[in-house]
Amino acid sequence: MKDYLLHFPKEWQFDVGDTIDLWIKSFSREQREILTAIRNFVITSIKGINWLLAIIPWWLLIIIVMILGWRISGKKRVGLLYGAMLIFVGSCGLWDHMLETLSIVIASVILSVILGFPLGVLIAMNKRAESIIRPILDLMQTMPTFVYLVPAVMLFSTGKTPALMATTIYAVVPMIRMTSHGIIHVNGEVVEAAKAFGSTNLQTLVKVQIPQAMPTIMTGVNQTIMMAMSMVVTCALIGANGLGMEILLATNRTEMGKALMPGICIVIVAIILDRLTQGLVKRKEAEQQ
Amino acid sequence: MKDEAIIKVENATKLYGINRSEAIKLMKEGADKDTVYKKTGVTVALWDVSFEIKKGEVFVIIGLSGSGKSTIIRCLNKLNKLTSGKIYFQNNDLDQFSKKELLDLRRNKISMVFQNFGLMNHRTVIENVAYGLEVKKVPKEEREKKALEMISLVGLEGWEHQPISSLSGGMKQRVGLARALANDPEVLLMDEPFSALDPLVKRDMQFELLSIQRKLQKTVVFITHDINEAFKLGDTVAIMRDGRIIQIDTPQNMSLNPADEYVSKFIDSADKSKVLSAKHVMITPRCMVREKDAPVHIIEELSRNDVSTAYVVDDSMKLLGVISIDNAIRARKENIPISDLIDREIYTILRDTLIVDILQLTAKSKYPIAVVDEDQRLKGIVSKSAVLSSLR
Repeated sequence: MKDYLLHFPKEWQFDVGDTIDLWIKSFSREQREILTAIRNFVITSIKGINWLLAIIPWWLLIIIVMILGWRISGKKRVGLLYGAMLIFVGSCGLWDHMLETLSIVIASVILSVILGFPLGVLIAMNKRAESIIRPILDLMQTMPTFVYLVPAVMLFSTGKTPALMATTIYAVVPMIRMTSHGIIHVNGEVVEAAKAFGSTNLQTLVKVQIPQAMPTIMTGVNQTIMMAMSMVVTCALIGANGLGMEILLATNRTEMGKALMPGICIVIVAIILDRLTQGLVKRKEAEQQ
Repeated sequence: MKDEAIIKVENATKLYGINRSEAIKLMKEGADKDTVYKKTGVTVALWDVSFEIKKGEVFVIIGLSGSGKSTIIRCLNKLNKLTSGKIYFQNNDLDQFSKKELLDLRRNKISMVFQNFGLMNHRTVIENVAYGLEVKKVPKEEREKKALEMISLVGLEGWEHQPISSLSGGMKQRVGLARALANDPEVLLMDEPFSALDPLVKRDMQFELLSIQRKLQKTVVFITHDINEAFKLGDTVAIMRDGRIIQIDTPQNMSLNPADEYVSKFIDSADKSKVLSAKHVMITPRCMVREKDAPVHIIEELSRNDVSTAYVVDDSMKLLGVISIDNAIRARKENIPISDLIDREIYTILRDTLIVDILQLTAKSKYPIAVVDEDQRLKGIVSKSAVLSSLR
């Protein structure tokens, strides 16, 4: 009796973990065909993106980034700096790994935008949908990523497909949040004006709310890219090749220097992607101040 | 047709909050807005508001913030819905409007101008002006033509393709006005359209609005908290306080007969010299003589009324000038005809001349100023003291 006061009663404990494991296993067995189809589709698209990146000669890619950097920031030295940073990646012998990493990041960002934008619009417009989806978003953001790496592997085996799924689950949240935030916070008088001139709800959304929310939505895309980049090493754990895998291998062999180089390359890619997209956001904002 | 009511509001009431029936009970017992809010948590935005707006008039609603003026104007195009009461647009009950009819109303009959302009800054000037036409699917060419027409009406030629962010406040509101006019609506709702502008620009815009209104004969519902603006623009002015209408009248009647202390306090802050005119302060001249009268008679007339000057008229009451008692005596002594001694260099004004314009004349004139009609017939006189005391 005294035991019950000091320790949580044993009889009250139960184990759902096993049940869930069993359920996922049987699900993956029964739905093998669909899962394989999804997997093939994902692999093909990532390969496609990788192929696209790979057919661009390395020097052309550097020139493109330099021009974008110069155009968006308005400063020539920024473009030159980006060029030098990319050349550093190449001279570390990590160019191809970078392209592999980029293709997963780009694929998951595209998927996040495709899923996140309509969901964001939905929660902005519909209170009911918001009350259902918001807690799920909180869950997705606070749940440790390793927890959903496992079911991703169980469903899609190792490689780029579960990496993409896990990255998307993690990265889609800011896209949804920023889209709905942007739409909800469009100046009330502007929305009122749209309504007062006889816009239907759809016209108000498409002609006024979404364009007005564009800077915030772009910030969402930027955040999504950053989140996807931060998943690169985690995804290496489930067998996604690229810069993350290099770090993982070097860490396993306790080779500090070998881990540092791809680490710096990830930072470089992240900085360039961040500054380019931030620059676009700032431009949009300047247009609409 | 002109006097027909285009909008009729009957017993409009709007409450925000949950415990409405309790609030209604309290209001009916005569409680005021604050007490009701404290006891029930319900905000009374409008309480039993009724008025009629005639076709072609400028109807101004004035009140302090929180008086319900912005709430009521938004009920007229159903951006807000009433808790109870009726609003009729051209005798059609707004409650009965289907979704489609409501869109039609907003697209073709009523448009709105906003305090902070409500412009879409992702669009250029012309795209903003054409917005109302775009949502009702007018072909691009046609709507741009109409938009250009409106842009030149408000004097913004050359700015068509500029982004909104490049415009000043006054220009932004011109865009707002052009956008509202592009739909060719019957009614313009204007929610404190000039409050965000600086005084000089505000005056220009008021003038612009009046001249456009004269030209296009639109019915205008105008919200303001500035009594001078209300009196300057309004054909009819309604004063609101705590969600009720206290008085509806013409600016002149309102400044002469304020309904209660609140209204007269409000009006005290107004520049009355721009509202009142000669007819409100003139009196019948105490001494009026005819040109043909004998000097003896004129002298008698002057001394009986104990004044030193008399207004001289001809047979058809046309004002000729002023004769002083000195000249009348001289005429008798030296046998000069009266008509030679009349001071014809006098100021005359019309019944509708504003006090602000009379003020300057009183400073220059030796005599009380004569008020005449279009045919120069004497109607009355305005003394300096009457002008000054009207401004108190």
